[in-house]
This record gives sequence, structure tokens and C-alpha cells, in this order.
Amino acid sequence: MSATTMTRDAASDTVTAGRRPRARACALLMTPFFVLMAVVFIAPLVTAVWLSFFTQDNAGLGFGEPEQAFVGLRSYAAVFTDPTFMNSLALILVFCLVYIPVVTVGALLLALLLDTGVARLRPFLQLGLFLPHAVPGIIAAIIWLYLYTPGISPITRALAGLDLEVNFLGVSMVIPAIVNIAVWTSLGYYSVIFYAALQAVPREVLEAARVDGAGAVLTSVLVKIPMIRSSVVMVLLFSMIWTLQLFTEPMLLSQATPAINSRFSPSMYIYDAAFTRNNYGLAAAASVVLMVATMLLSYGMTRLTGRLQRQEAS
Amino acid sequence: MTTTAKPTTARPDAGAKDGPEGPESPPKPSSGAGRGRRSGPAHLERSPLLGRAIVNLVLGVFVIYTLAPVLWLFFAATSDADALSSARVFSLEDPVLWQNLRELFATDGGIYGRWYLNTILYAVVGGILSALISTACGYAFEKYRFRHREKLFGLVLVAVMVPQTVLALPLYLIASQTGAVNTFWSVFIPLLFNPFGVYLARIFAEGYVPDEVLDAARVDGAGELKMFFSVALKMLAPGVMTVFLFQLTAIWNNFFLPMVMLSDQKLYPVALGLYNWNSMATVSPEYQLVVIAGSLLGLLPLILAFMLLQRFWKAGLTAGSVK
Repeated sequence: MSATTMTRDAASDTVTAGRRPRARACALLMTPFFVLMAVVFIAPLVTAVWLSFFTQDNAGLGFGEPEQAFVGLRSYAAVFTDPTFMNSLALILVFCLVYIPVVTVGALLLALLLDTGVARLRPFLQLGLFLPHAVPGIIAAIIWLYLYTPGISPITRALAGLDLEVNFLGVSMVIPAIVNIAVWTSLGYYSVIFYAALQAVPREVLEAARVDGAGAVLTSVLVKIPMIRSSVVMVLLFSMIWTLQLFTEPMLLSQATPAINSRFSPSMYIYDAAFTRNNYGLAAAASVVLMVATMLLSYGMTRLTGRLQRQEAS
Repeated sequence: MTTTAKPTTARPDAGAKDGPEGPESPPKPSSGAGRGRRSGPAHLERSPLLGRAIVNLVLGVFVIYTLAPVLWLFFAATSDADALSSARVFSLEDPVLWQNLRELFATDGGIYGRWYLNTILYAVVGGILSALISTACGYAFEKYRFRHREKLFGLVLVAVMVPQTVLALPLYLIASQTGAVNTFWSVFIPLLFNPFGVYLARIFAEGYVPDEVLDAARVDGAGELKMFFSVALKMLAPGVMTVFLFQLTAIWNNFFLPMVMLSDQKLYPVALGLYNWNSMATVSPEYQLVVIAGSLLGLLPLILAFMLLQRFWKAGLTAGSVK
């Protein structure tokens, strides 16, 4: 490990004898993490890439060792020509286009309202808004599944009282239904991030805006939001990574509605390919595609954040 | 606890300089004194009454949106099957919470208790171990200089971005090669890996542990490792707590890995168990009340941890948001 190849630290120059113990301590403190990383991160990653170039032939009724055959890019070709995989990508795109604007604008609105200074009971409000984030994903999905189920849900009953028949688990409503669960879970979390950033906006800037005659709304849009743009980009990044991994919510809802098939999202596609169809090559190729997409998006977004931060600094 | 006080409140220049310097001040237990700085009376006078009413109304509506589903879960857990299936859970005429809980712990031979203990074992023991591993590594990244340090740290940050679903199949194959599949360890060990914790710990080490203190300890002849355990770890305690809480939540929420690894129901965590029961509830509705009661118990520890330890969550949020 490179931790052992310590270079000369300026402070330790005078105490040459203290250098080796430092190198050893540094290596010892880092070893548990990097051993773990090698076993549960690097090894699986290499395995995934390797698998995506091979197929496993379970020759003859499971007798004998399964044979590995190099197939080059055939698994990738299979993934990209599989309409169900392309559907899952399209679904994620639609999901991003609905969920990310809704949650970002909603969280910004909440944070700006909390920041106006006229909000009452702010500790209680923050607690209430943040609470869903403490609810485990599967339990959030269970709660909302029941709130969508006709007969059990007080919401559908109230809507029926208004002569509105809404089937939240129908084909046309299933994306909004999942978006709602996602928004419910993350809205308060993101608004707390924005609120923290807003509190760091220098008071003089806001004072100047007020002297110039800007009202609360104008100040929010023209002064406050630009000043917290790196937080905004970070929330965009978080919500995008989260969306790409979408799994728990559709998986649970799929128990109750035929509108969600077993290859609904890319992660569900991978699960289905690996553990239902036992096509490891296909699952590995889809995993690598999903990983590359996530990392490209993350890299692009962090570059953007870096640029924004440099702009803010200048 | 007053939640308006935040580490970032003490940062007059933060808007201009958002570098990776982390939280300025450790979250102090008694930092309830700071009020939102723009909530002075002068500001209130300027706001027209109508504006104030609208602000509070909108916030109120959002809080109802976030709280109502959790409240529904609570009331549903106190209802009987008739009330549930007729969407009348909010009447408190004769609550049957105890009966539902008894039913919960009796279903399928009382396996829910087993799941609950498993979850605590995975999440609490795993969370503590993971927090210590991540903190030690993040501290070493901050306090020791070596070649390719930033490149190695970059690798840790890359690991944060790789989706867990990508690793699940190869992890499963590795586990089945080593015979670890369908064991406690197949879920416990991968969840110890928390690269984001290393990132947080590095920021905390920068903010909480001054180099002068370490140098003074060195002059006093303290060994490097002893220094970490007896000096630095104490100063880092709030940071360790934050990393622990994040990992506790992550493990408690985890569902994908156990689903891939475990076939033995006795090893399930609550999340996977509830998922299974819920799939049975689609054919036999008597499972519905059990799932609801199990969900209520399953989220209580996290909500309690969140309410009692708010300042640690917020320290993590604000540290994470200034990267």
C-alpha cells in the first residue's frame, strides 16, 4: 500500500527518528479500511467487468465445472439491443425529468420560506420536514403503498367522496406515485441542506438588496439562490445518483400492481438478469453500463460544482 | 433542542469561500443560544401580516404532507382489520395496538423478534465498527503526508459514487465462492465499507484536531497510535457519532444486499422480512396488520435516534454540503 511510502514531512525533519513510527501508524490506521475496500469494492468491481466479457455455460445439467467462454462485447450488444433495458433507461430519464425539478424547487421554496424569518416554530417545522428521511426506504414504500390502495387508503376514500376515481397503482399513475414517495422521503433532507447554506449568506449582501428596494421574493430569486448555487448543484447530483439506483420503491410496489414489471428500472433489470434469469454476463454488462453512466454524470456535476465554487470565490 | 443553531451560522465568509474547509466549529451540546440571525424584531415589523400568514400556511401544508403518512401508520397500527379495510383508522374508539403487537410477535413463530435483533446487530455493531474504521482512515488522510495521498483519496471519493446494485452480483459470486453466501457475514462485512464516512472523517479531523495538539503530544513522547486513540479520538467524538449515525441509517435501510445474499429467513433484517410479508399480504390480507405493526416498530429506533441526536445529523449534512 502506498501509505507506507511516506515522504519527508517538513515537521519531522528535525525528528528523523519520528518518521518511521509515523509511517507505520498511518499505514495501520488505513489498513482496515483499504482491506475492506479491496474485498468488498475493488474485487467485485473487477469481477463485474471481467464477467461482462465472458459467459458462463452451465454445461449439462449442472454437472462439472461451469465453463467460461470469452464473448468480447457480445453481452454489451445484448444489453443495448434489449428493449426492456432501453425501456428502463427511458423510465429513469422520465423519472429524472419529473422528480429532480419537483424536489429541487420544492426544497428551495421550503428553505427560503424558513429563511424569511417570519416562520413560526422553526425547530418543530425542521423536525417535521426532516422526519421522513429517518424512515427506512422499504417502510416509506409500504406506508405509501397502503395509502395508494383503494379500500384502505383514506386518500382514495376522500377523493371518492369528491366523485374522483384515482387509481394510484394504474399504468398512468405509477410514475407519479413513485415520484411522490421519493419526494416525500427527500424533500425535507434537501431543504435542510439549502437552509444551512442560506444561513451562511452574508448579512450585508441582503441588507444591500433591501436598501436597493428589493422585496423578499426578488431578494430570494436574484440574491439568495445564486449565492447557494453550489448547494443546488450538489442536491442535483445527490438526487440524480439516487434516481439511477432506483430499486426499493418500485420493487415493493410491483408486489401490488402489474403496471411495474420486473425490469422496470436499471437496477431491477440487473437483479432480474442475475437472479431470475441467471444470465451473469448480461447482468454484469448492464451493471458496468449503469456504473459508467453514474460516474460520468457525477464527474460532470462535480466539475460544474468546482467551476461554480471558483466563480463564487472570485 | 433549538435547531436554528448550526455550525454554518458562525461562518460570516462562507458564501464567498466555499472551499473544503468543513465545519468551523464542532457542534456544541449547548449551542442552543444562537437564533436565526435574520429573525430579529426589526425584520418582523417589515413583513406585512398577510405575507407572514402565507409563509406559515405553506410551511404548515408541507409539514402535514411529511407527517401525515407517519401518523397514518401509527393509527393504522392501532386499528383492527375492519377499520383498516374501510379506511377508518383515525377513530380511536378501541385501539388494539397491543393486540396487533402480540400478533406481530406471534406470526410465523415469532420470527419478527429475530429480524429485529438481527437488524440491531447489523446496524448498531456494524455502524460502530464502520465508524471507527472510517474515522481512523479519514484521520490518517488528514494528519499524515505521503506520496499519492490525494490520488488515493480520489479513489475513495470514486467509491462513494458507485451504485450498490452494481456490486451486488459480483459480491454474491465472491461470497458463494468462499462459502459465505447465506451467512451473517455476507451482509455484515460489505456494509462496514463506508467511503463517505472517510470523507466526512477527514473534514472533521481537519476541523476538530489541531496539529499543535498532536505536536505537543509528540513532544510529550506519546506514540503515534496511542495518540490517535487517547487524544484524537476524544476530540473527534462528535464526528465519529455523525459517521456512526449515517452508517446506522444506511444499514438499517439496506434491503438490496440482504435480498441478494440471504435465503435463510432467520438471518433477515427487518426491511427484508417486511418485504416478504408484504408480498404475502397481497394474497392473504391477514398479513396487512402485521406488516403495519412491524413497520411502525421498524422505524421507531431511527426516529428516536434522529430526534435525540439532531445536532450530529446536521453536522454531517452541513459538512457534506460544503465539499
